[in-house]
Amino acid sequence: MSSQKKVNSWARKRTSQDSSSYQTRLSAWRVKEDLNDSKSISKCGQNNTVEDYEGADDQAENALQIALRYFEKGPIKTSQNKEKHLKTVENVAWKNGLAPEGIDILLSVALSGKFGIAVNTRIFKCMIPATLISEDSVVKAVSWLCAGKCSGSTKVLFYRWLVAMFDFIDHKEQINLLYGFFFASLQDDALCPYVCHLLYLLTKKENVKPFRVRKLLDLQAKMGMQPHLQALLSLYKFFVPTLISVSLPMRKKIYFKNSENLWKTALLALKPRNPGFPSEPLKLMLTNVYPIKRKWNSHSIIPVLNSCNYSKESRKKRMNLSDYLSSNGSFPLEQLKSFPQLLQNIHCLELPSQMGAVLNSSLLLHYINCVRDESVLLRLYHWLSQTLQEECNWYKVNNYDHGKEFANFLDTILRAECFLQEGFYSCEAFLYKSLPLWDGLCCRSQFLQLVSWIPFSSFSEMKPLLFDHLSRLFFTSSIFFKCSILQCLKELLQNWLLWLSMDIHVKSVRNSPLETTLGGSMNSVSELIHYVGWLSTTAVRLESNRTFLLHFILDFYEKVVCDIYINYNLPLVVLFPPGVFYPVLLSLDSSILNQLCYIMDRYHKNLTAAKKNEFVHKTKSEFSFSSKTYQEFNQYLTAMVGCLWTSRPFQKGLYIDPEVLGNASVAEYKKSLNLVHHPAFLSYTVSFLLQECPEERKVNMSSIRGKKWNWYLDYLYSEGLHGLKHFIRSSIHRSSVP
Amino acid sequence: MDSYDAPELTPRQDASSRLKDFFIGATPLQKRLESVRKQTSFIPTPPRRKIPQGSQLQEDVDPQKFAFLLHKQWTLYSLTPLYKSSYTNFKEYSKLLNAFIAAEKQKGLAVEVGDDFNIKVVFSTLMGVKGTQRDPEAFLVQILSKSQLPSEHREGKVLWTGWFCCVFGDSLLETVSEDFTCLPLFLVNGAETNTAIIGTWFQKTFDCYFRPLAINAFNLSWMAAMWTACKMDHYMATTEFLWSVPCSPHSLDISYAIHPEDAKALWDSVHKTPGEVTQEEVDLFMDCLYSHFHRHFKIHLSATRLVRVSTSVASAHTDGKIKILCPKYLIGVLAYLTELAVFQIE
Repeated sequence: MSSQKKVNSWARKRTSQDSSSYQTRLSAWRVKEDLNDSKSISKCGQNNTVEDYEGADDQAENALQIALRYFEKGPIKTSQNKEKHLKTVENVAWKNGLAPEGIDILLSVALSGKFGIAVNTRIFKCMIPATLISEDSVVKAVSWLCAGKCSGSTKVLFYRWLVAMFDFIDHKEQINLLYGFFFASLQDDALCPYVCHLLYLLTKKENVKPFRVRKLLDLQAKMGMQPHLQALLSLYKFFVPTLISVSLPMRKKIYFKNSENLWKTALLALKPRNPGFPSEPLKLMLTNVYPIKRKWNSHSIIPVLNSCNYSKESRKKRMNLSDYLSSNGSFPLEQLKSFPQLLQNIHCLELPSQMGAVLNSSLLLHYINCVRDESVLLRLYHWLSQTLQEECNWYKVNNYDHGKEFANFLDTILRAECFLQEGFYSCEAFLYKSLPLWDGLCCRSQFLQLVSWIPFSSFSEMKPLLFDHLSRLFFTSSIFFKCSILQCLKELLQNWLLWLSMDIHVKSVRNSPLETTLGGSMNSVSELIHYVGWLSTTAVRLESNRTFLLHFILDFYEKVVCDIYINYNLPLVVLFPPGVFYPVLLSLDSSILNQLCYIMDRYHKNLTAAKKNEFVHKTKSEFSFSSKTYQEFNQYLTAMVGCLWTSRPFQKGLYIDPEVLGNASVAEYKKSLNLVHHPAFLSYTVSFLLQECPEERKVNMSSIRGKKWNWYLDYLYSEGLHGLKHFIRSSIHRSSVP
Repeated sequence: MDSYDAPELTPRQDASSRLKDFFIGATPLQKRLESVRKQTSFIPTPPRRKIPQGSQLQEDVDPQKFAFLLHKQWTLYSLTPLYKSSYTNFKEYSKLLNAFIAAEKQKGLAVEVGDDFNIKVVFSTLMGVKGTQRDPEAFLVQILSKSQLPSEHREGKVLWTGWFCCVFGDSLLETVSEDFTCLPLFLVNGAETNTAIIGTWFQKTFDCYFRPLAINAFNLSWMAAMWTACKMDHYMATTEFLWSVPCSPHSLDISYAIHPEDAKALWDSVHKTPGEVTQEEVDLFMDCLYSHFHRHFKIHLSATRLVRVSTSVASAHTDGKIKILCPKYLIGVLAYLTELAVFQIE
């Protein structure tokens, strides 16, 4: 028996590995044994606990090792010690269960017949696994049975134990190879019921053989209609109906005596203490899964992909042969593996029985994207909105694990939305319901991403539902949260613009009746941009012009807003509010100022393009920009050129009383915001001048004039201020050198 | 972008056209969303409701038929519309559900051979339990234990009962297409393991979703007012309220029982609009109870949480448990519960 060899070698390895520690423990135990006085041992134990904080656990472990060692060695006459070691093993087993190694040892001990029946019985009763039972131990035990050293009652106990622990055995392949051995044990009348039960658990289709059926029928003829034999026979009949022609009574509730009852309570008690306990023995768990969780589908939130069971069955029943021949049949979901397959079978695809399952399948998401069947979308809508509300963890008290599960669920939804480039309506409805209750922390990144996928709709309708709550959170949260909200609104705007730009194209082809609402859509978009402008203005004040925040604000304008006309082909230009423009213009950070220059350049290009288009078409459409936009832009432009270039700041628009400036002792203020003196560029000016004459202790900033001014500009460009370069090229005509 | 000018339909175009449909608000889905928006932006419940009138069952229906629905505690669930369910397939459903329950119950018990499971699942319609003609028929699912002896033919014991109904569910009916059956209210009596198995089967078969329906204190006060307002020939039970005070280690419950005629008298004194209950009246009714209690015990009940209301018409617990006592007002009670269920699934 090769497996037995393996076990032995394994056992040897283990003993050799920790033989040294074993030895010391063993010697310690011998000393105690010599004293042969339980009192002194207990005293010794007390000392240990005083010495060592972790003593109790170690001690129990040590005692267990000693006890196992004792049993392995065989009986020694002093029965007092046997009792003590048995107690030790029992205590550990009932408290924590035994490791696979421990069970391996005890199983051999019990079946080797070294001890009496009473001891063997006790050993069996406490053989409770902490985790799993090694298959090898069972194989080894069977070889002990062959040795014939144990009594009949011990054998019975062994089979009962094996049946009870069947689900805890790590593998069953080798045990199944012993099928013939077990089957032969059926002849033993005392063992028969238990062996039957074991075979019932073990039987595979390939184990059912004619000679075995014959044997079972013989046994039945000999012993009469025994429930356990019937069970095995009916199982055989289930696997190979042709082999068994005798009729078996169908109505039978209990085939086997409950042989696991010896260990049942122990196993139940063991479960909660071992989180890593295998979930395999379902019958143990089923009893208490449901009452604890009110959730029914305990495995995962998203249902498994199954094609519609019921309709398939009913269809099968009603279809006769001609139906089968005439129809192409439907394409089962389980076979759908590739995109070409989807295209070929899209007309006859079987939909999942639970539409929520599409979230996990990118192929079906393709399908969802183009399906015209309203009921498919409604099913998904209902399932998703109910699940979101049911799972949403800020409705519940702090439940960390659950929060993670919910975050994962949201991630899956977001992946699907991103894949479809379209938001789900259920998510929108969920946001409306849950945003007023949101603390701004829970699943923040997921939640904000959901916001950015809200499908386009009227801003004024959405404002009280969504944006008002969002602004409340915005103003009361940290700068980082403010920045992430700006980021998410930027993505929202991008998504809206993408939809709208696509929609316009479709309309021009189809001549749809919705033409008139384009103005309304543009209104909505501009309202959203104004809303972000309002948030930004207030945030700039609240956070006292923090560069970090300014960067996110400008990002919103740079990446999306300033280029709407050119990038999305939508008739809309919205400028930033003065509350953003002026703090940025006066910012101390050159990169911010550079960004501003870039944005102004893009605005310039968009407005010029719009004007040109208008001029070409000569049509005064309702989307022509009001002169107010141009005026506003010109005002900003003048202010910028006045500050940075001509050194005549704030001639128009923003007016500052000279007296105020005088009081602030800034008499000569005109030049102080130009490219040379602007605080954001100051470091560039100094290093530019030092480049020329590195020895200079004092730099003369006003020396940058005429040709030197141009060199200075080139220097700034070479330092990476490309926005500035674009701005100056497009907005300043270099005929007049200042 | 040029490809979009081609007349062929691309999937993306379809999606856009769908988007456009939503602008018009023509699709059921859009209607749903609109109703969600309305609900979220305005007060969630209408400020006035009708007082349940006497028996609103259809005239040809025998009220005794529903006696088994009374005096039993039902746990409430809301249920999204059932997809492709049909009243004509009940026989088949019973068979499938029977098999499903057997399979679920015997998970982990190796292989079970043959049909030896001693239960029987029965589907049947509850004709007449509805508010309008448009409401779909209610139906009942029961698990009966089959008698052990095959010779005996009498019906076995009822192990589990669940029923689905829709009473005045117009707002929901408008927003779904014909493929769906709207029965937003599910009431169940029996072991939760069975509820879980059967609920799972329904969710798998009809792509619907069950959620426990809790009743908040606001709605409990509405129930208290509406049910007190009902005309009764004779009162079967006292009117009783239960408040819970959250304090550690155990919460404290305050029970407040009133003679039903006194409660009715109090209601009549605050009630103005005939046939209707308004939000002001509900508030006033509860305030009167509060101030009376405060005068005697110096406890502000308004600072505690209302968890249970029992009247002669019905009793309801905030956990989503209900017991209907008076057959006359069965439909009236169900109408309000349907309203709550519809609100939850929107």
